[in-house]
Amino acid sequence: MRGQVVVAGIGNTAFGKLPGRSTLSLNIEAIRKALADARVEKSMIDGLFVKFPTSKFEMMYGQKLAEAMGIVPRIGGVWDQGGASNISMMGYAAMAIQAGQCEVAVVCLADNPATGTRQAYEKAWGDDSVFGWFGTPASYAMIARRHMGEFGTTSDQLGAIAIACRKHGANNPNAQLRKPLTLEQYRASRLIAAPLRRDDCCLVSDGAAAVVLMSAARARSLGVEKPVPILGFGQGQTSWEVAQRQDLTSTAAEVSAKTAFAMAGIEPKDIDVAQIYDCFTIAALMTLEAYGFCAKGKGGQFVQDGQIEIGGVLPINTSGGLLSETGMPGLQLVLEGVRQMRGESVNQVRGARKCVVSNQGGIMHTHSTLVLGSE
Amino acid sequence: METKAIDFPRPERDAINSPYWEALERGELTYQSCVSCGHHWLPARSECPDCLSDNWRWERASGGAKLISWVVYHMAYHPAFEERLPYAVAIVELDEGPRLISNVVGSADLESLVIDQRLVLVIEEEHGVAIPRFKPIS
Repeated sequence: MRGQVVVAGIGNTAFGKLPGRSTLSLNIEAIRKALADARVEKSMIDGLFVKFPTSKFEMMYGQKLAEAMGIVPRIGGVWDQGGASNISMMGYAAMAIQAGQCEVAVVCLADNPATGTRQAYEKAWGDDSVFGWFGTPASYAMIARRHMGEFGTTSDQLGAIAIACRKHGANNPNAQLRKPLTLEQYRASRLIAAPLRRDDCCLVSDGAAAVVLMSAARARSLGVEKPVPILGFGQGQTSWEVAQRQDLTSTAAEVSAKTAFAMAGIEPKDIDVAQIYDCFTIAALMTLEAYGFCAKGKGGQFVQDGQIEIGGVLPINTSGGLLSETGMPGLQLVLEGVRQMRGESVNQVRGARKCVVSNQGGIMHTHSTLVLGSE
Repeated sequence: METKAIDFPRPERDAINSPYWEALERGELTYQSCVSCGHHWLPARSECPDCLSDNWRWERASGGAKLISWVVYHMAYHPAFEERLPYAVAIVELDEGPRLISNVVGSADLESLVIDQRLVLVIEEEHGVAIPRFKPIS
């Protein structure tokens, strides 16, 4: 399947606070722009793969969106793997296209937790609330602390990830937080659940993104201007809650990347630029290890000294990532991967020909990986 | 630990987990042990997560444990925990194998703990809930 399906178009809304906008409205804006980018009519969409809004659970949301768009897709629905859903759905859409189940697929995501609802986040924390165990940052902090204890990873090394993302985001006109971060500012950032600080945690954002997929042959016949081939994809699921996970510093990101790299027929060293899911700094650090860009436990050293910034050995999150561009769970990273392969990023890595994108959900419960190429 | 009485969270007891909370009220920390395969686990489940058998029993833990990881809250997510900031929540592994979320108490410097250090059970009653916590063994 390598290279048989392409990303033909991308679209997104503004990111940040978008009061008064429903997730249907945000999705439609992103899809409208993605269709325009691909120069495809909405009537051609026969696959609609939707990440349910993380901010609110709704039954049959995919059908609500199809109705609001006036389309009747042959295949699709709503997928729940948290932030891993986007790339997972792109994989399913690609397989559906190759299997003749649809010809033009849209994968999209919209969320409005900043000004709309956070209903889905306001879950009960169960019986462990008697210990004062609340909040997503604390779960990632548990993993970060164990990583520090096992491998000597430091807070400053986590900070290097936030600094890189903020530096890249500052140069992105559509980023929600365009404020570079110094190491001194990072060290002064308030502790949320130690060892994690405010600046280790992603933004809370309204917004939407969408991609249009079709076969490479179809893109040629339609005259799509800048198709970006999908070289590989993969998934992995850690599943266990943090407290039950026998090895806190290993995740299914590893098997996910192995699957995607094998499909693409490449190795980590072939990657020129990476978009790594950075809901929390520790997640990005461990993903870089799991993907094989460095040995397990060496992620702290790998991210130091500007090595993941533009001009470094592996620039990551060139539009700012979840820490700077938008905290929206994941599809924006795919859009930036596509821009890098088209040569259109505001932080373009010169000559970049291969980009890997990671998505993950929950507390590293789910993972998905996408490898994009340039034509 | 002292705390505001307001809305202190209470465990939701059901047919499966009631024996766990009742044992704590008697001063015992218990875990589930599979009769079919010998696997030990917490929290309470209706089937063994290893062999899927529903033939299991409750057993009493010795109270010995080790610290897998811990965090120190500097921000309260619930009003009942505002006055105890900063406080530590930990992942603890019992000597018998099961892991649970708990608190580390009795340590003056919560940042000086180390992973895998030895801990011992201390059951503390708070707002009518018997809570299994752990303190470091020096």
